[in-house]
Amino acid sequence: MEQPPDTPVTLPDYGEYETAWCPGCGNFGILKAVKQALVACQLRPESVLFVSGIGQAAKAPHYLNANLFNGLHGRALPVATGAKLANRALTVIVESGDGCLYGEGGNHLIAAIRRNIHVTVLTHNNQIYGLTKGQASPTSMEGFVTKAQPDGVHSQPFNPMATAVAMKAGFAARGFSGMPDHLAGLIQAGINHPGFALIDILQPCVSFNKVNTFAWYKSRCRDVANTHDPANWEAAMKLAFQWDDWIPVGILYKNDRAPFESYFPACAPGPLAEQPVDRNALRQILLSYA
Amino acid sequence: MTNANEQPNALQVVIGGEAGQGLVTISELLCRSLVRAGYHIVATQSYMSRIRGGHNTFAIRVASAPIAAPQEPIDLLVALNADTFQRHRPELAPGALVIADEKEDIRDVPVLNVPFERLASKTAENMAACGIVGAILGLERATLEHALESFFDGKHPEGAEDNRKAISSAYDWIGAQKVAFRNLPAPPRSAAPIMLNGNEALALGALNAGVKFCAFYPMTPATTVPLTLIKHAGKMGTVVEQAEDEIAAINMAIGASFAGAPAMVATSGGGFALMVESVSLAGMTETPVVIVVAQRPAPATGLPTRTEQADLEFVLHAGHGEFPRAILTPGSVEECFELAQKAFLLADRYQGPVFLLTDQFLADTYRDIVPFTLDTPPHWPAPPEPDNPPYKRYALTETGISPRLIPGLSRHRVVADSDEHTEDGHITEDLDVRRAMVEKRLHKMLGLEAEVSPPVFQGDAHPDLLLVSWGSSRGAVEEAAAIVRAGGTRAGTLHFPQVWPLVPKHFLDTLTSAPTVVAIEGNATGQFARLIRAETGFHIPHHVLRYDGLPFTPEYILRRLPHGTTA
Ligand SMILES: Cc1ncc(C[n+]2csc(CCOP(=O)(O)OP(=O)(O)O)c2C)c(N)n1
Ligand code: SF4
Ligand SMILES: [Mg+2]
Repeated sequence: MEQPPDTPVTLPDYGEYETAWCPGCGNFGILKAVKQALVACQLRPESVLFVSGIGQAAKAPHYLNANLFNGLHGRALPVATGAKLANRALTVIVESGDGCLYGEGGNHLIAAIRRNIHVTVLTHNNQIYGLTKGQASPTSMEGFVTKAQPDGVHSQPFNPMATAVAMKAGFAARGFSGMPDHLAGLIQAGINHPGFALIDILQPCVSFNKVNTFAWYKSRCRDVANTHDPANWEAAMKLAFQWDDWIPVGILYKNDRAPFESYFPACAPGPLAEQPVDRNALRQILLSYA
Repeated sequence: MTNANEQPNALQVVIGGEAGQGLVTISELLCRSLVRAGYHIVATQSYMSRIRGGHNTFAIRVASAPIAAPQEPIDLLVALNADTFQRHRPELAPGALVIADEKEDIRDVPVLNVPFERLASKTAENMAACGIVGAILGLERATLEHALESFFDGKHPEGAEDNRKAISSAYDWIGAQKVAFRNLPAPPRSAAPIMLNGNEALALGALNAGVKFCAFYPMTPATTVPLTLIKHAGKMGTVVEQAEDEIAAINMAIGASFAGAPAMVATSGGGFALMVESVSLAGMTETPVVIVVAQRPAPATGLPTRTEQADLEFVLHAGHGEFPRAILTPGSVEECFELAQKAFLLADRYQGPVFLLTDQFLADTYRDIVPFTLDTPPHWPAPPEPDNPPYKRYALTETGISPRLIPGLSRHRVVADSDEHTEDGHITEDLDVRRAMVEKRLHKMLGLEAEVSPPVFQGDAHPDLLLVSWGSSRGAVEEAAAIVRAGGTRAGTLHFPQVWPLVPKHFLDTLTSAPTVVAIEGNATGQFARLIRAETGFHIPHHVLRYDGLPFTPEYILRRLPHGTTA
C-alpha cells in the first residue's frame, strides 16, 4: 500500500472498507464522491486529515484511508480549526451529520464561517438523527413526524445555505448524494478553495426519513452552474431560499477573503510542532519584567 | 523623616479607592519600584467585579527579608477616597499612618493631609499619592521616575510628563514636612529581581516548555494567562485564539495537539464546566492537553474577582469514564513557572489531560522573583516510525504509552477515535478489545505516580503541630507555622504541589506521627482532607477553612488553630 510519493494517487490508495450503514443509504454515494475528489485533487492520504463528530455520517472517514480525528458529537469544527492552525500544510476536511454540525455544534459553524479558516465541511444532511434512531434534526421540515415529535416538528428548519451566504462564507455549495460525480466536483472545488467551504449534501436516510427520500430529492435537485454566477451575492441569497419543486445544487456563493490562518505569523514557517523554542527571546522577555 | 518606634522587617501599605481612579497603575508602579530597589513584596489585589466605582484595594506587603504571604494589619493606608478610611480603619496597626487629601476630615489617627490639588493636575493626583508613598518608604525619586518611564515606554509624552511632575512635587512637598513613620531597613540584595504574578509566571513557564497553541474564552481570573501569551506571541511563535466558547477552546487545543503543537487552555470553574466532556475526549483519544483552572468562588457565577479552592473535587472527577490525569497545584509564583513546565512534560509523556489548579489570589499576586534559569526541559524522544503500515496509534504496550506519531509529519496515517477503538484507532465494539484498552489507558497511571512532585515538608522534625496545605495557601501556612514555632511550639508544614495522583508513602508517616494535624483549605468542606482519607484512610481531625472570597493570611490561620495546640 505504501507508495513512493511521486506516483499518481489513485482510488485504491484510499482503500475499500466494510461499513456499518444500511443498504441503500445515501452515505455510500457521498463516500464515493469524497474519494473521487481526493484523487482528482491528487492528495496523498497522509497529507489529508478528516475530522468528524458522532453520528452515522461521522463514521464515513473510518471507511477510507487517511488521517482521522473522530471526536465528539458537535465538536468537529473546533478540532479541525486547531489542527489547521497547527499545520497549514494539512488538507483538513470535516465530515459529519446535520445534527452534529447544525444542532450540537451550531455555534462553531457560525464562528468558523466568520473566521474563514481553510477547512472544507461536508454535511451529510439527511434531515434526521440517524444514529439515535430517527428524531427530528435542525433541518427537518415543519410538520415532520417522528417518535419524538409525534405532532410534527413545530420549529422552522435551519437553512444552512442561507446562513452561509448571509454571512458571506468563503464558499457555499449544495450537493446531492444521488449525483456523485457532480458532488465530487463540488468537493474538489471546496478543497481547492483557499478558505472556509461549506458543502451541504442532501442524503436520503432509507431507514428513518420516509419523506425526503431518494426519489423526493432526485425529482427536485437541479444544477445552477449554467445560470448562476457564484460571485453574485444577491442572486445567491435568493437561491439559498429556493426549496420547493426545485432545490438548486451547485456552488451558490464564493468570495476570495483571505483565510484565517494567513493572519498568524507563527503559522507561516511550517508546522508548529517543528518550530523551536527561542530561549534567548524568552530570556529577554523575562528580564523585561524587571 | 523620623523613625517611629522600632524597625520591623516588614510593613503593609494599602492603597484603596474606586475602580477607574488609577489605583492599579500607581500600585504596580510602586511595586515595581520597590522590587527594583531590592525589597521583597507580596502584593495582592482585591477588586469588585466592575470597571468603575466599587471599593478596590491593592495591598502591598513590603519587607527587607523574604516573605511569603499577605498580612492583615495596615501600617500605611493611602485613602484615595473617604470610603477607604472608614472601611479599613479597624485594620490599622499601632503606629499606622493614613495618607489622605487635605479636604478629607479624618481624625483620631495619625494622618498626613496632602494638598493633592496643589501638587498635581487632576489626572495626575494619584501619581502624586504614589510619590508620597515612595518618599515615605525611602525610595529614591529616580527609582520611581525610571519605573514611570518604562511604564509609558515613550508613549503619551504629555501624560508622562504630567505624571513625572506629580512625583517630583510630591517628593519636594514631603521634604518640607515632618512625617513620623518608621523606615524599613535597606534591602540587602543586589541580584536584579523581576516582578511577576502567578498567571504571568505560569504563561512564561508554558513558553519555556514549548507551548505553541492556546485557545481561551475570557474568564476572570484566568484571562491574563492567554493575554501574557498574546503579548509575547510574535517573539515566541505562539498561536493564541479567542474561541467562541470554552467547548471550542478545548477542542481547538486538542486538534492543535493532535497535529503536533504543545497546547493549552485556561479558564475558571464555570468555563471548565463547559470543557468537561472534552477532558474525557483527551483521555480517550490520548491527546496531550494542559488545562489551567484558576479558581474563583462558586457555585455558578459566584464572586468573579475573589478567590477560593473549592474546585479540587470537580477537577479531580471531571469527565465521564475512567482515565488517568495529573493535577498540579502551585503554591507560589515560582511554582507556577516550574509546574507549568512539568504539566507540559507530563501531558506529552502520558498523552492526556494535565491540570494546573490555581486561584485568583495566586493568579493576581505580584512577587519579587529571581529570574528563572531557562533550562531546556528534557524532551520525550519521538517514537521511531514503523517500517510498514498499519501504524498503530494505540498499540498495546507494557507502560500503556503508545508511540505517538503526528498526522502530516509522518508517512503513516494517524487515526484517533473518541469511540472505543482498536490498536489502529478505528471504531470497534469488540468487548475483548474494550477491556484491553481500558487497562492500557489506566496503566499509564503507574508512570504518572512515579513522577509525582512529592509534598514539601518544612519546620521542626517530629512536629507536635502539622499544618497541611495545597496550592496557593502555602505561603500563609508556612508563615503561620513560623510564628507558632517562635512561640515555642514544634510546628511543621506539609505543602502539596500535586494533589493527584497521591502516593501515600510520600506523606503518610509524616501525617500519622504528628500529634495534631490541621488541614488548611480555601473551601467550606475540607475537600483535600477528604481526598487524603479516601486514598489513605487517614482522618485529618482539624480544619482551618476559608470561603469568604479572601486569601489566607497567617493571622487568619493563627486565630483558628485548635485550642491547646500552640504554646
Ligand atoms: C453530547 C452528545 N449528545 C448526544 C449524543 C447522541 N447522538 C449521537 S449521534 C446523534 C445525532 C446524529 O444525527 P446526525 O448528526 O444528523 O448524524 P446522522 O446519524 O443522521 O448521520 C446524537 C443525538 C452524543 N453522542 N453526544
Ligand atoms: S440510519 Fe439512515 S443515515 Fe444511518 S446508515 Fe441507515 S440509512 Fe443511512
Ligand atoms: Mg442526520
